[in-house]
Amino acid sequence: MTIPDLDRRIIAATTGGLPLTPAPFAEVASWLGVPEGTVIDRMAAMQGAGVIRRVAIAPNHYALGLTANGMSVWDIDDARAIDLGAQVGALSFVSHCYLRPRADGWPYNLFAMIHGHNRDEVETLRAQIATLLGPSCRASDILYSTRILKKTGLRLTEGGL
Amino acid sequence: MTPLRRTPLAPDALDTTDRAIINRMQDGLPLVSHPFAALAKDLGLEEDALIARIQAMREIGAITRFGPFYDAEAMGGAFCLCAMAVPATRFDAVMTLVNAHPEVAHNYERTHRLNMWFVLACEKAAQIKQTADRIERETGLPVLLFPKEHEFFIGFRVTA
Repeated sequence: MTIPDLDRRIIAATTGGLPLTPAPFAEVASWLGVPEGTVIDRMAAMQGAGVIRRVAIAPNHYALGLTANGMSVWDIDDARAIDLGAQVGALSFVSHCYLRPRADGWPYNLFAMIHGHNRDEVETLRAQIATLLGPSCRASDILYSTRILKKTGLRLTEGGL
Repeated sequence: MTPLRRTPLAPDALDTTDRAIINRMQDGLPLVSHPFAALAKDLGLEEDALIARIQAMREIGAITRFGPFYDAEAMGGAFCLCAMAVPATRFDAVMTLVNAHPEVAHNYERTHRLNMWFVLACEKAAQIKQTADRIERETGLPVLLFPKEHEFFIGFRVTA
């Protein structure tokens, strides 16, 4: 996809966020030297095209008590993977949900990141997913992060990489 | 930008209005000249008071940012989740080699035989494989690639 130059400038100006003022798009427009309506129209077009998912706040789930998370992985029957993955992704406690290829010694094709207040809660939520998947799931595991080894300022997405 | 707070706030750090703001504002604001106005009215606040609360919550680390969430892939970037099984005795040395690559956006140690999981972020898709190959040569260890084959719509919301 090619992104028009003005959109690129809007993206560059707002990847770090919008100014917290009553009319934030007018302020961005003043930085770029274009009318407020142009910024709003271009951002609406980008939202329509899926380049912008939404304009919202990002709560810090650690600060709000969701300090435990685990990467749950599931070996799902390929024929049901799209349908079941959609149901798992829709759960309020799953922050990322993808199908990925299997590998040697790695039978899992569905990845779902689970967030909870503690590890016991994460395990309870994982059991809910297992119930939802039923016999279409042949094996599963969960990987907890024990250390952040590197984290750069990549802020373009919600971390759903 | 201040580092991300990773510990819970005191239970009384947010009042019920703050919590309502967090719960409502995760779903997205309208793209209009005054995007806070409708929500302020719903919450019985002046627009300025709503904005001041958002600002204060950002300062104490309850909110990490306000703004558009961009889909990096829709903008043309290439990303891939990768994993390695690193022997415990070499873990720190391998971590240093992996992290030295600017394409490594983040990297986590995880509880599994595959104990190192990182994301490669490149401008072009071909660079993913090239970077993974380079890491394999430098470390002598296989790098497994787990590219996204399908991304599901996410219903994740934090209840404040």
